[in-house]
Amino acid sequence: MAKNWRAELRKRAEEALGNPSPYGEDIDLSRYMDVEPSSPKMNKDVESQVERVGIDLRGASRSATFFQYDHSVLMLKMFSGIKGLEIMDTESALSMYPWLKEYYWKLVNVDADKYTAAAELYSTKGYFIRVSERTKVTIPVQTCLFIGTHGILQAPHNIIIAEPYSEIHIITGCTAAPWVKDLLHLGISEFYVKRGAKVVFTMIHSWPERAYVRPRTGVVVEEKGVFISNYIILRPLKSLQTYPTAWLAGREASAKFSSVIYASHFEEVDMGSRIILRGGAATGEILSKVVATGNAKVVTRGQLVGEAPGTKAHLECRGLVLCPSASIHSIPEILAKHPETELSHEAAIGKLQEEQLYYLMARGVPPEKAISLLVRGFLDPGLPELPPVLKAEIRKSIMMLEAAKG
Amino acid sequence: MLLELRDLHVSVGEREIIKGVNLKVGLNEIHAIMGPNASGKTTLVLAIAGFPGYKVTKGDILFEGKSILKLSLHERARAGIAIALQNPPAIRGIRLRDIIRLAAGLEPWDPSRREPDCFSEKFLRMVGLPPEQYLDRDVNVGFSGGERKRCEIAQVFAMKPRLMILDEPDSGVDLDSLKILGRSIMSYLQAHDCSILVVTHHRHILQYLKPTRVHVMYDGKIAVSGDFDELVPLVEQTGYEQLVKEWKANG
Repeated sequence: MAKNWRAELRKRAEEALGNPSPYGEDIDLSRYMDVEPSSPKMNKDVESQVERVGIDLRGASRSATFFQYDHSVLMLKMFSGIKGLEIMDTESALSMYPWLKEYYWKLVNVDADKYTAAAELYSTKGYFIRVSERTKVTIPVQTCLFIGTHGILQAPHNIIIAEPYSEIHIITGCTAAPWVKDLLHLGISEFYVKRGAKVVFTMIHSWPERAYVRPRTGVVVEEKGVFISNYIILRPLKSLQTYPTAWLAGREASAKFSSVIYASHFEEVDMGSRIILRGGAATGEILSKVVATGNAKVVTRGQLVGEAPGTKAHLECRGLVLCPSASIHSIPEILAKHPETELSHEAAIGKLQEEQLYYLMARGVPPEKAISLLVRGFLDPGLPELPPVLKAEIRKSIMMLEAAKG
Repeated sequence: MLLELRDLHVSVGEREIIKGVNLKVGLNEIHAIMGPNASGKTTLVLAIAGFPGYKVTKGDILFEGKSILKLSLHERARAGIAIALQNPPAIRGIRLRDIIRLAAGLEPWDPSRREPDCFSEKFLRMVGLPPEQYLDRDVNVGFSGGERKRCEIAQVFAMKPRLMILDEPDSGVDLDSLKILGRSIMSYLQAHDCSILVVTHHRHILQYLKPTRVHVMYDGKIAVSGDFDELVPLVEQTGYEQLVKEWKANG
């Protein structure tokens, strides 16, 4: 009987394996099924690649490190002296803690689409992080999902539990080795932010040009809990589609999704965020900053659902289209299901302001450099609450991208 | 000759705004351009600076003896032409300290290098702005008219120009700020070889700058030129309209 719940999940997954997602290009999963992971190669290239997504393998100024290479966990380290923090791969956690099944596939439906289904059927580890009641881990925990085999499917399932009044900052970097061009990454993440707890989650993606990425994320926030998500994608991939949902279940719970997207080449990004304000006086914010250049097509979706009195939320998309062949499509939705909910949205998409460009040129700055400074200036305020080193790293990559283009 | 305009004609879109201007500005000279609204003053200086959209249809602009018509805006800036704009734009995400560094040809400050950045401070002090309050503010965001003008001058100083073009540095500026601006420009001139072309409506800033020559523009041309002491009182007494009428009557 004990394992029946898993069999049940697998059965549901098998039935959903043919269901496409309502959003994004439909992916033929069979292309990735037979690729076996090669044996991990750690070298300077890998190190510098992961550094670019905020991961420091020496673990300086990090309280813990989880490093997954293809399907195996290569590094699992915790800074000594930190109590009340647990980190391990999700499969191990599931065998260790029978109660964990109450947290597994509870915020994301296993049969939501073929990607959730495949993530269960071809599951490849992922991390379990739990911070105990009243423990505050303010030095970031870093997790890295790295792909080192060309053409592989990586499907980690992550569970993050912040017990009441705890606090944790997580930096997740997802990237691939320079020799990997093609891959499919399906990441399932379920966040449980309990009463009065705070989770700051920063995810940086840097995938190769033929990568398909389909993360699926669910968040529940209890009374007075705080969830802050920062998502950053700078390097062009083939196709990304995601639509995380946060349920603000308790009174005065709050969530903020902030994303910074720099899309170029032939990239297709369909990025949404949804906040459901169910607890009284809950607050939410969705903010996306998008730059589209080259032939990139970006869709930003957002949905705020106000279901309880005194709730308040705001949705905002700011976009900059640098090329006539690029596009940004902003689709904001606000749903008021209670008379005392206050929801607002704002979207502004435009080109670079010539007046600002000429101003910098009049100061002697060449046009290509002026454009990259303005792009950086546009994206910069969208990077909140990040360690300064990481922020500097991101600024640098924006400059590098622009320089390469110029 | 530092700057020479030879029968300069400038169009914006299809419309000719500057209709044949001749002007010579020597080294260390200060020339003022006055004139009624819409007489072409700003168009003239933006065309000299090389702003796109200001098309020279005839004539030439010589800077240090060479035509600069083929140089773009940033190349002219690097060659030594620095303009303080009448209405500079606000730029979110670029800090004042960085635009001053850029104006001087440096890279923006990289805080991750942990070296303190003192470079921009002196330029803000020169225009009477306390650096600690301004360095990290976004360029012109929420600045008053007077603050914008001072920041323009600070950036122009950082460019180490051979020719400073000041487009209405006194509009929207109170008399105290004007005094600071006037004095800071003069003390800069005492220490550097630099000429000035200043566009203004008022005598106030000119009292500090003491121009070598004053030119009155009217309908895209320089109608009258003269000395400060002679021409400015005349403008104030008779007004541009009357002055130009007399000029036309005299042929």
